[in-house]
Amino acid sequence: MIDVQALRYRWRGAARDCLAIDALQLEAGRTLFLHGPSGGGKSTLLGLLAGVLLPTAGTVSLLGTSWAELSGARRDAFRADHVGYIFQQFNLLPYLSVLDNVLLPCRFSALRRQRAAAAAGSPREAAAALLRRVGLSEALWTRPAARLSVGQQQRVAAARALIGQPELVIADEPTSALDSALRDSFMGLLLQQCLDAGSSLVFVSHDERLAALFDHSVSLPEINHAEPEAVA
Amino acid sequence: MRAILGIALRSAWNRRGTLSLVLLSVALSTFLLLGVERLRSDVRENFSQSVSGTDLIVGARTGPMQLLLYAVFRVGGATNNVRMDSLEAIAKNRAVAWMVPLSLGDSHRGFAVLATTPAYFQHFRHGDKQPLALAQGRPFAADLSGVFEVVLGAEVAERLGYRLGDKLTLSHGASGMPGAEHGDKPFSVVGILQRTGTPVDRTLHISLQGMEAIHLDWAAGVPLPGQRTSAEQALRADLQPQQVTAALLGLKSRAAVFAVQRAVADFEAEPLMAVLPGVALDELWDVVGAGERALLAMSAMVAVVSLAGLVAVVLAGLNERRRELAVLRAVGAAPRHVLLMLAAEGAMVTLAGVLLGVAAVAGAVLALAPWLQSTYGITLTLSPPTPAQWGLLAAVLAAGFLASLVPGWRAYRLSLADGLSPRS
Repeated sequence: MIDVQALRYRWRGAARDCLAIDALQLEAGRTLFLHGPSGGGKSTLLGLLAGVLLPTAGTVSLLGTSWAELSGARRDAFRADHVGYIFQQFNLLPYLSVLDNVLLPCRFSALRRQRAAAAAGSPREAAAALLRRVGLSEALWTRPAARLSVGQQQRVAAARALIGQPELVIADEPTSALDSALRDSFMGLLLQQCLDAGSSLVFVSHDERLAALFDHSVSLPEINHAEPEAVA
Repeated sequence: MRAILGIALRSAWNRRGTLSLVLLSVALSTFLLLGVERLRSDVRENFSQSVSGTDLIVGARTGPMQLLLYAVFRVGGATNNVRMDSLEAIAKNRAVAWMVPLSLGDSHRGFAVLATTPAYFQHFRHGDKQPLALAQGRPFAADLSGVFEVVLGAEVAERLGYRLGDKLTLSHGASGMPGAEHGDKPFSVVGILQRTGTPVDRTLHISLQGMEAIHLDWAAGVPLPGQRTSAEQALRADLQPQQVTAALLGLKSRAAVFAVQRAVADFEAEPLMAVLPGVALDELWDVVGAGERALLAMSAMVAVVSLAGLVAVVLAGLNERRRELAVLRAVGAAPRHVLLMLAAEGAMVTLAGVLLGVAAVAGAVLALAPWLQSTYGITLTLSPPTPAQWGLLAAVLAAGFLASLVPGWRAYRLSLADGLSPRS
């Protein structure tokens, strides 16, 4: 599923490596909790896992395909097909409706469009089903995303990451803007939906209390040999 | 492809406040470009439609353009008159088919008065060799009964509300100064011409004898003191004109045109000249052309400025949209999609601006056409764009699209550099 080998990453113009990870694996359908301090290269690692960044040395593979072997356009298509991504906040395009935001990955990936249609009859039905499951009332679906509360926005983001059953869902501190009650319910539904969709989940947070909910837990400073350095 | 265009449209709509200002400036520059070009082509069209079927215009020696301007367009004035017997001698040339003398100088409430012979209605042509046609009534009579008869151009009749049988008086000179009225010799309307879209519409036509009659008791532009000639007395006087302003010549064969032109130039009794209307018009366009090109160049500058504004506005907004670009990248958009989105946004704004500009030109044509027609005699028509106008529109659109590639390229670079984590 995910296979990281002898990874080195150095930002352009930087004097030292930001990441140096010898090995990191995740099997299909499992969940991984990745924690570490801010500025520790977590977002950089996620960028590498999602194929937006390419390693300076070593390989990062998803589903047996090394990102570096793909052309730029193929990487984007591969990511659209197989990766769902949730940001810390501001996940949604404010000018699109909630439903259109959830459907965005289907616009860029034929594979996810087909899977969504296969699962629920049509991509729209799949989006509706996901929104119901993350507990967003139907009255909100046609609203512009900008009108939603932060908690609602994160749930829409989860629905979007999961539509069309991508093999991998990456979540970059998606709960840090939520209060504890919202955080717990969000965690519950994210894990459940990943389980239902059969998606692997890589979840990054500095909040170590969440680690118990995951199959695996990794501390980034422990596996990263690169000397700590302020990342821009 | 279609996915990203839909998103681009929604995104642009979300920022419609700023973008509509840019759209307005593009619309304004399109309006200017197209308006100038339309006015230019319509004015040319109007001018070249004004006279046809006339092979030569004969007048006292002056510039060819002046002669054309006052004989056909009633613009400016003649410095010297032509003796009638000279014209009659020229008309005897074997190559000449017809000669129509013209006498100008008086006016009626701002409209020019042209004294001529009934042959004018027979020989004068405009547009595509179309003859003059009467909408109502008849031409003025050739004999004494026609001395105080007037035939009105369509615009004159319409604007001043004259109908057949109405009486009107003429003013001396073009300015219509008070006290310079030929008030004692009223003319009655016997005919109204159909609209031609040429200066004929804004002209009152009287006979040469009528022109003589109203000036019997005048000398050097003022009424002679103590001398009053009544209309009845005038009819008994010698009304044969000694001098006229110019004459239109028609030839039996166009091949003789240069020979006749030479003969007129070599005429010994007085210094005369003959011009070919087409050649004189070309000369006019040469002079006017520089001004036209300057106007068009200014309009093009305005277009460049407005497109620079488009680039500036979209570029300035880009930094705040890095989050939006990252979200698009995260759901699978490639940097080239981002480039396409920004380019499409600029192209849409330009296209909407151009369409608005075209609509504004159409609106302005509809709104201004009556005023231009009555004030300058220029007929603006609401017609589909000419090839030159299509060219201008295409140039604005192409320039707008190319200009939009600048923010598009910047967004492409940004989304490559930022990936999923925009640094601001």
